[in-house]
Amino acid sequence: MTLKTITLTVNDMVETVDVPQNMTLLQMIREKLSLTGTKNGCSAGECGACTVLMNGEPVNSCMVLAAECEGATIVTVEGLAKGGKLSKLQEAIVKAGGVQCGFCTPGMLISATALLNRNPHPTDTEIRSAIVGNLCRCTGYVRIVDGIKMAAK
Amino acid sequence: MANAKSKEQVSPIGADLPRNDVYEKVTGTAVYTDDFQFGNKLLFARAKRSPYPHALIKKIDTSKAEKLPGVKVVVTGKDFPNRIGLYLQDKTIFATDRVRFIGEPVAAVAAISDEVAMKACDLIEVEYEELEAVFDAEFGASDKAPLIHPDLENYVCPNFIFPKAKTNIANHFKIRKGNVSAAWEKCAHIVERSFKVPHIQHVPIETHIAVAQMDEKGKVTVWASSQSPFAQRNLIAHALHISQSDLRVIAPLVGGGFGSKAGVTMEAIPVALATKCKGWPVKFILTREEEFYTNFVRQGLTIHVKVGCDKEGNLLALKNMMYWDGGASTEYGTNVTRAGGYSSSGPYDIPNVETDSICVYTNHPIGGAYRGFGMSELHTGLDQAIDELAEKAGIDKVSFLKRNGVTEGDVLVTGLIMHKNGIQECIDNVAKSLKFNEKEKPSSADRLRGKGIAIMWKAPAMPPNPGSSAWVEMAEDGNVTVGLGGQEIGQGTFTVMAQMAAAALGVPYEKVRIAGPVDTQYSPYEWQTVASRLTWSMGNAVVLAAKDARRQILDVVAEAWKENTEDLDIINGVVVSYKSERETSLENIVIYGMPKDNNEGWMGGPIVGRGSFMPKYVTNLDAETGQGPRAVVHYTVGCEGLDIELDKNTGTIYVLKGAASFDVGKAINPTLVKAQVEGGFAQGLSSAMFEEIKLVKGVMTNPSFVDYRIATAPDMDFPLDTPFVEVPQDDGPWGARGVGEHPMVPTIAALGNAIYDATGIRLTNPPYSAEKIYLAMLDKGIVK
Ligand code: FES
Ligand code: FES
Repeated sequence: MTLKTITLTVNDMVETVDVPQNMTLLQMIREKLSLTGTKNGCSAGECGACTVLMNGEPVNSCMVLAAECEGATIVTVEGLAKGGKLSKLQEAIVKAGGVQCGFCTPGMLISATALLNRNPHPTDTEIRSAIVGNLCRCTGYVRIVDGIKMAAK
Repeated sequence: MANAKSKEQVSPIGADLPRNDVYEKVTGTAVYTDDFQFGNKLLFARAKRSPYPHALIKKIDTSKAEKLPGVKVVVTGKDFPNRIGLYLQDKTIFATDRVRFIGEPVAAVAAISDEVAMKACDLIEVEYEELEAVFDAEFGASDKAPLIHPDLENYVCPNFIFPKAKTNIANHFKIRKGNVSAAWEKCAHIVERSFKVPHIQHVPIETHIAVAQMDEKGKVTVWASSQSPFAQRNLIAHALHISQSDLRVIAPLVGGGFGSKAGVTMEAIPVALATKCKGWPVKFILTREEEFYTNFVRQGLTIHVKVGCDKEGNLLALKNMMYWDGGASTEYGTNVTRAGGYSSSGPYDIPNVETDSICVYTNHPIGGAYRGFGMSELHTGLDQAIDELAEKAGIDKVSFLKRNGVTEGDVLVTGLIMHKNGIQECIDNVAKSLKFNEKEKPSSADRLRGKGIAIMWKAPAMPPNPGSSAWVEMAEDGNVTVGLGGQEIGQGTFTVMAQMAAAALGVPYEKVRIAGPVDTQYSPYEWQTVASRLTWSMGNAVVLAAKDARRQILDVVAEAWKENTEDLDIINGVVVSYKSERETSLENIVIYGMPKDNNEGWMGGPIVGRGSFMPKYVTNLDAETGQGPRAVVHYTVGCEGLDIELDKNTGTIYVLKGAASFDVGKAINPTLVKAQVEGGFAQGLSSAMFEEIKLVKGVMTNPSFVDYRIATAPDMDFPLDTPFVEVPQDDGPWGARGVGEHPMVPTIAALGNAIYDATGIRLTNPPYSAEKIYLAMLDKGIVK
């Protein structure tokens, strides 16, 4: 398979990566960059576990081809805490008790980060619709929504 | 010493302490199985699966697959003939002579890439001869049905499972208590109804994954997302004819289990492959589609309930006929059937009960453990029949439940005497929260409003003697490490165990670490992370280990200070004497011991506490009557209710409020208890409104998130009240008992009762989808 060399920014680091044409952004992040925080729950764009920020927008990284990410700016869950300090949202989710098995958490945090970036004071309904594509089987979303609300204050 | 009292430690028990895995989980550094790196030698596995629900395997030709470049090894069932199973040993790793459900593995490939492995599977040629299949449990139990396991009588099983030779009945559990036929005559009101609860899937967001590697000497290591590393060690070793000690299972954090990662499902497949390519790690991950249609399911249930009460509303008699659609293998499901039987009265005091709980082989996916272990299915029928009976008797539902709820001293269906419990308070909490007896108006003329309530119970369902063990050791810095074998699957058990160890030892919570990941090579034994049993069972082991360490420490200090241990205490990690007011911190003792006076040498040494716990009092039950002194260790009881509106134009359900109250004995960490209840309630509601594995002639027609919908955040947009009750468990740590599964048990019934209250329509077969509700309203003339 032919490889394509792409250069992109991931969590503030400029990375140059050789990627096969059919490799997804999710595979590249996990396998080439060893950023295993981003999870795979379906490989089909249906669960949100693989959500990352691409140029500021949340995307299902399993549905994006890595080869098309030339020049893109990507933020994964590993990029949320700065210098060992959790983001306000991460702090709030911890405090609210919004984490159980944690498998949806990375994608959930990214979707909520994108929401708060574009809408610092979302309503309850806006919060719930921002994470409608992030499935969580453990929490019933109760404390996840609480955490996002807390971070928005 | 200043004053020992003033230093008194704030107890970590009952405190909302933060989870000890949360920092890793929010920063993406928590390690799940697929996050391990296995290097360049890693091989990828795929399974060749049966396209038929029931067929004989005439021939398997793997030659083309073997020749495909990049294929390392191909295996079929002929090398792995041993039957395994948690209860009834009726399953082989691969189908050998016949396939019994669509998706059953018949062969597997390990190759240098996933693509090659997939291609190789396509190249495996299997010749089948189709057989008549069984898609209905009641039919399957009849003598007209073709046999799915003709050799059933030769299968090994424990003496509390009752398979019937030359039938498809893998277990028939009976309860005969009192005299049911005579009791009907004394009943003023009787309700008789049938319900059909569909198969559903667990849907952890992390699909199943296992990686296996065999070394040159034949020792195997397995990394798996697992609720049962020790049970897997035992069962897989058995399947491979190797010794348990030569099989090591390493089990990191689990991205959701709900019962699906208990026992052995797909984990044996990479192991089988690994045995044929020593030195190479083999990774096998289920795709989401495979997760839906090939993995253990919650088996379907058809339940016929007949229940009656006297004029005053006292329950007098219950007859339950349950047919469980066990699927192609019932190795685990036979015990779900058993649990459904011995708990078949629900948390009601009923003097006369007759139950037949029958586990039937079908050509459907394999039924396994699922959060609730039969109780959601049972309560779906029972609690709706009871709701109807209360109405017939003209008694308000809350009073009816309170009048009949189990109390201490009641003789249960098996003869077990009920322990004290808080079901009355649970009912009161829910009734109060929902203003249950107030009829409230819908928010618009287009809507109907209704309230529903249901109670539940569940005992840990397990063999009589499942063990737990733990160790506690300490480092030079006085920090404590707890070794245990139960799994962190999201419920927060590592946090709760750290709280218990801290309290029992006398150190702050922050000083306690859990030795993870669980690794059967050095972690102490734990039966399985199932049955809501860890807080109670593993908790007891951890407390014993911590107390053992504490005793060792105090013995050394007492000797060194020439004092009595009774005068000593450990507070906040400091050993203090109430008598001499001396103190010394743990750092000074726990590794190097203490010096004797006058340079006479040393005493003590590295501290290692050990704890082991196993219930010893559970007995078998009579095969014909289900009677015996002690069927189970204990029951957790609870109540849920829903206040809903229904859109008359669409049938859509809008939940206005939910309430859930469970008697947890003691909430070691109240936030974690509430989080369990919320998550369980959501899973229960999701199963009540949306979930069903749609099976058409054995084919699952909806194996994706698009077609198998689970609750999303907007579906849960309502206040959920979760006050808990604490009536202590006599043999639980600080009185605690489990609550992991219970919150999803009564939800379907509570919703069904609410729909009835709103519409007067009794829907029997969940899920109660908008479409189903709308059509029923149309039928009833509520809408035109
Ligand atoms: S893994 Fe990408 S949406 Fe599920
Ligand atoms: S915390 Fe487990 S899936 Fe969300």
